[in-house]
Amino acid sequence: MNFRKVLALTGRMLIANGMLMIAPLCVSIIYKDGQILPFVYSILISFALGACGYAAKPKNSEIYAREGMIIVALTWVLFSVVGGLPFWFSKQIPSLVDCIFETASGFTTTGSTILTDVEAMSKSLLFWRSFTHWIGGMGVLVFVTAIISDKNSRTTHVMRAEMPGPKIGKLAAKWQFSIRILYAIYITLTIIEILLLLLGGMNIYDSLVHTFGTAGTGGFGIKNTSIGYYDSAYIDYVIGIFMLLFGVNFNIYYLILVKQFFHVKNNSELKLYLSIVAGASILIMMNITYIYGSPLKAFRYSFFQVSSIITTTGYATTDFCKWPMFSQMILLALMFVGGCAGSTGGGLKVIRISIMLKCTLNEVKRAVSPRSVLTVKNDGKPLESQVVQGVSMYLVVYAVIMVVSVLIVALDNFDMATTITSVITTLNNIGPGLASVGPAGNFSEFSVLSKLVLTFDMLAGRLELFPMLVLFTPLAWKKI
Amino acid sequence: MNIVIIGGGKVGRKLVEDFAKEGHSVILIDTRDEIIERIQNDYDVMGVSGSGTDIDILDEAGIKNCDLAVCVTDKDEINALCAIVAKKRGAKNCVARIRNRQYFRQLGFMRDELGINLIINPEFYAANEISRILRFPAAIKTETFAKGRIELAELKLPESLEDKPIFEIYKKYKVRLLICAVARGDKVIIPNGNFVLMRGDKIHITGSHADIAKFLKLAGIDNLRLKTVMIIGGGRISNYLATQLIESGMKVKIIESNHDRCMELAEYIPKAKIICGDGTDQYLLDEEGIDTVDAFVSLTGIDEENIVISMYARMKKVDKVVTKINRISFAQMLDTTGIDSIVTPKDITANIIVGYARAMNEADSDPEVVSLYRIIKNKAEAVEFKVTRNSGVTNRALKDLKLKKNILVAAIVKKGGGRSGVPDGNSMIEVGDTVVIVTTEKLKRLTDILA
Repeated sequence: MNFRKVLALTGRMLIANGMLMIAPLCVSIIYKDGQILPFVYSILISFALGACGYAAKPKNSEIYAREGMIIVALTWVLFSVVGGLPFWFSKQIPSLVDCIFETASGFTTTGSTILTDVEAMSKSLLFWRSFTHWIGGMGVLVFVTAIISDKNSRTTHVMRAEMPGPKIGKLAAKWQFSIRILYAIYITLTIIEILLLLLGGMNIYDSLVHTFGTAGTGGFGIKNTSIGYYDSAYIDYVIGIFMLLFGVNFNIYYLILVKQFFHVKNNSELKLYLSIVAGASILIMMNITYIYGSPLKAFRYSFFQVSSIITTTGYATTDFCKWPMFSQMILLALMFVGGCAGSTGGGLKVIRISIMLKCTLNEVKRAVSPRSVLTVKNDGKPLESQVVQGVSMYLVVYAVIMVVSVLIVALDNFDMATTITSVITTLNNIGPGLASVGPAGNFSEFSVLSKLVLTFDMLAGRLELFPMLVLFTPLAWKKI
Repeated sequence: MNIVIIGGGKVGRKLVEDFAKEGHSVILIDTRDEIIERIQNDYDVMGVSGSGTDIDILDEAGIKNCDLAVCVTDKDEINALCAIVAKKRGAKNCVARIRNRQYFRQLGFMRDELGINLIINPEFYAANEISRILRFPAAIKTETFAKGRIELAELKLPESLEDKPIFEIYKKYKVRLLICAVARGDKVIIPNGNFVLMRGDKIHITGSHADIAKFLKLAGIDNLRLKTVMIIGGGRISNYLATQLIESGMKVKIIESNHDRCMELAEYIPKAKIICGDGTDQYLLDEEGIDTVDAFVSLTGIDEENIVISMYARMKKVDKVVTKINRISFAQMLDTTGIDSIVTPKDITANIIVGYARAMNEADSDPEVVSLYRIIKNKAEAVEFKVTRNSGVTNRALKDLKLKKNILVAAIVKKGGGRSGVPDGNSMIEVGDTVVIVTTEKLKRLTDILA
């Protein structure tokens, strides 16, 4: 273990965190909401901690898989803690655990909140909360790597730990260029959405905050009724479609940019993703038409909710806990699916679901004719058995974490739907669950232990399980 | 610069490492997924899985915008085909590794008619390096610059020079040469005049061949003339090497275990003595007179064997022992065994290709880099520049130029054949000269030496 390098890199990340907090500080200055000092303190603490880490001059800059995972996990944990300080200093969220929960929920683009009354919060704090979505969506280390280049270090190990999906695809020969392309796409989409929301009559602050929530597929709102507050079909469709767009693998946009339409058309993950969205929207629409009177209006609500849940954003235009059970169960199923690999969405990812389904199909075929030789193909190319195996292992680890978390949260003695969906929604980085943690509820009632477990789940879900497991098991710290 | 490397074997990997370190955009094509996976983990490069002869794969790797395509798969034919296809598809320059002796003879045709810009035969270059070492055995290694007018020699510090500052050495011996790099342990030092040499240092000196030879004599190092050479292993390198050594008048004995290969060698190099037997057999080595030969070169395909038999040759007091090692993973360890003249064909090949890339880097002006030679485990470089009008360092005395740290102007060779060699503070660099710079930095242009 190269501890010094790990410290130096995480230190650098904390300095970056401090710089990012300058944005809400500016918001505070503009809106004069009296939160300047909390942000100044937090920025100073972030810089000081960062400088301490940075002072550890590494003897060599070699990092391997294990260091990569630790750096990523440690950075995310530290970001959640340090990023939560402004809430604490402002005394608007009195408990430190709540601050950490809220910030982790922000950076991991979950969107679960412990706030009972969002509208009572200061503007700059709400801005920071949503800004963490935007930063966390693409990944914090990815962000820093885009700016600073570190020629000698083996960046791939860090990238692999932070970028979602079973396989990582590089767009250019160098990480730096690759990430710049991704960020360019990310920023362009963000700007387009802000403009469209402004056109829809939202003010600049609201449109910024909601765009951050959409882009990171996070889902922090600034109104108690989330997007439902605006009650505008235009805004519903803009946000609904953009959530869907941010749930698509960003490589697809690059392929469109370089005019490789052939590869876009044949991308099986994209096809499956869009078909799931279409199918689920139509089924729910049929199921809820009687509530809203017209199929058109029902589609507006069903499409928004499907798009919000499958991309793991978690915005709501209505309290879907009041929908019929069939619709609620479809949404519950979608919670597991998640966005595409290489998007800002969380969850299991469409590609994993697709690989698992193909594997299962192969097993069925093999049961019929045991000697048949079968391969799992994706986009017409056979997948290496390692990737396929990785996906099954991922599912197992995922299930184990889920069961253990549910058991711990169950100590709080809530009803079954609340207990189970609170874990599902945090582990998949969605935001709202069902029952007490539905769109109209929040997480403030949980005990400190449950909140910590759910925070762990959010981080584990965002980093695709393994980095967090490595950080919290002796696996990585042992010498052999 | 965009570089596409086809083939991720030993040389391919080394090139990926070197080019990635120099900040180029590198894309590797290989048919083996696990190789791509591993290289992507270790270096910041992109991998494309597939064959380099497949146009779709080449396009995917962006061959159209690539400045240099390097074909280093294990097959000559594939390398040549890849290079031709890459060139036709838009690569600006292409390099192919061609090992076959027969193809190598058609080098001119391949370059001019097929458009392959650089053809590399690693075994041939390795043989060149070994024969240079054998012709100048006092040095660990030597390299020539400016068409042989300047030599760079690596030597173990002789006892007579220990604990002396460098300016005293120059004063005492009054020869025109320069100590341009010192390897001490893991460190590389580009010394100035006040630097004090210590026991165990390895020094690099530049100067004309005659000056270096004179200096060695004065410093108490005998430069023997080697007359008999024993070579273990009869592969391609031995083939080229034996031919060269015999041409320069040495007697050569080759031990090779494969009978067919022995027959081939006997046919190609009738003047060499070919022994069919196991070169790692102590009895055979003794029988063939290992204790009577002047030089011993181990060129088998297995590194460990080469190291062990070289150690045996050292023990038998052979004057000069040269060892071929393909994978220098444990190079630090070898320092203690007395094996110092090590030849690594992979590194030689990479040196040439990296030097070529450096030279073509400045496509707009005349290329300045003529050749590049890496010393002290690739930690420092000796770069030969052709001075052009744009070089920015011309017509000023060296002492007036403000140079970066760790840069040494090791030699200036005058255009018209004037007073060439090691410069002093009053020397001037002029357009048309050839300059050799020794540095730990990575230089692309001659102006890079200025602070």
